[in-house]
Amino acid sequence: MTRAGKNSRGVVERSLASFVDALEHAFYAEELAKKNGLLQKLDPRVKIVAILPLIVIAALARRLWVIAVLFALAVAIALLSSVPLGTLARRVWLGVLTFTGFISFPALFLTPGPAISSLPLLGWTVTAQGLRAAIYLIMRAETAATFSVLLVLCTPWSNVLKALRVLRLPVVLVVVLGMTYRYIFLLLRNAHDMFTSRKSRIVGRLDGPEQRRAATASVGVLMSKTIQLSGDVYLAMRSRGFQGEVYVLDEFRTNWFDWAMLALFITVAFLAFWFGR
Amino acid sequence: MTVPIFEVRDVTYSYREVTALDGLNLTIMPGQRIVLLGANGSGKSTLLSMLDGLCFPEKGSVAFQGEPLAEDRLIGEVEFAFRRRVALVFQNPDVQLFNPTVFDEVAFGPLQLHWPKEQVRLRVSEILEQMEIGNLKDRSPHHLSTGEKKRVALASVLILDPEVLLLDEPTAALDPKSESQMIDFLVSCSGGRKTVVTATHDLDLVEDVADYCHIFRRGRIVAAGTPTEILNDHALLLNTNLVHAHRHAHAPGELHSHPHRHGHRH
Repeated sequence: MTRAGKNSRGVVERSLASFVDALEHAFYAEELAKKNGLLQKLDPRVKIVAILPLIVIAALARRLWVIAVLFALAVAIALLSSVPLGTLARRVWLGVLTFTGFISFPALFLTPGPAISSLPLLGWTVTAQGLRAAIYLIMRAETAATFSVLLVLCTPWSNVLKALRVLRLPVVLVVVLGMTYRYIFLLLRNAHDMFTSRKSRIVGRLDGPEQRRAATASVGVLMSKTIQLSGDVYLAMRSRGFQGEVYVLDEFRTNWFDWAMLALFITVAFLAFWFGR
Repeated sequence: MTVPIFEVRDVTYSYREVTALDGLNLTIMPGQRIVLLGANGSGKSTLLSMLDGLCFPEKGSVAFQGEPLAEDRLIGEVEFAFRRRVALVFQNPDVQLFNPTVFDEVAFGPLQLHWPKEQVRLRVSEILEQMEIGNLKDRSPHHLSTGEKKRVALASVLILDPEVLLLDEPTAALDPKSESQMIDFLVSCSGGRKTVVTATHDLDLVEDVADYCHIFRRGRIVAAGTPTEILNDHALLLNTNLVHAHRHAHAPGELHSHPHRHGHRH
């Protein structure tokens, strides 16, 4: 078997794994959104209005202790919302640390300033300013990402989309996003079934060009099915009275708890903004 | 004289080179429960789409309560009035369930027809309880089983309380329990003044949901009769691919075949 063949097979298998992972992740998120925690109790619109400023302030704050307090607040909210810290560590903190660590690594050595250490063997010197810049970048990214993920994990995606209307997004855009979310799973499942079905009928291994031809054909079939589906969905909408303008229900209702929590979050955001200037 | 709900005259329709309906004639009277029986590709689904005003004849005509059902007439208020009275349940529930949650899905039709929002909320809750799917209201359609999807699809049109219910393979791909529940729902909602047109190749469904059957073959109606007349005509069923010859042995070496259908009735 050629090296190209091995690589192509790896791509197909990785694609399959990522399809399944995407589905499992979506199921897990919806299970978390049903739990009886702090964020889950809040009106989705309140959650968006309360958490978005915290994300922005975490990204802009100039004092490390303010970012650290915001990060601690995010962890506390996660615990009060029944979000396992292990899940956050695996899905957010580790990934963000790897990504931002990779980006900020050169800054450790290239930022001018007094040297505080040096790498063994290579002899590259780490500067105080470089270390400070890297820590800022990582902490800001970790905190902002934690708040963002909490918002998504503790709210059914459909409600997140509807709540975006509070930010004056047009109804048609919210509906299109909702339908995209709805059908992406169907298409993922179709793609998964197609790959599995082909894999079950292949004896031996295909070489690189054969793999690429098969993958291209699958993409073509999937595209064709998608076009057919979109036409059928339009007919189903038309059948129930759709004439080009969508009317939707806005079923959210706020109570005193929502307003109290909104006031608390806004106060925290204001204090973080004030002390983090 | 009673005006037919639908009158289909010499209708022809094709998908490029494939003819789906070929000079079809059919009259459906108010309150009738009709089954369109035919093998896959015989033109049943195309006819249902046409009766729902989603596609239009290349030749011939379709009339709804004496008025032509044509593309240039089915616009604006005329279309709203038609959609309030005629509803189609698609064969593939994934096509029909395009909203993020079950509640939104069932509310979609009434909202497009400009019902007051409070009335929509109330009716959606009622119909979900009536269909025994109240526990699914916040679920996404992709989290539902096929049986649940079919019930949600049915609820999404029954909420409009249409005079005419068009059903495309309502029991396809259901497990036996879901199929039995679906038939119970269809029987319970098809009484009274509703006209129900069901397209299927499931012979076990026929006696429960139909007073009269039309047999389709290659875009034409080749036979019609009561469920008893049709189900007892084995030659007709075999000829239209609704049953198949099943070989089996009654004694060692005595292999023979005769028309055979699957399913169990109690």
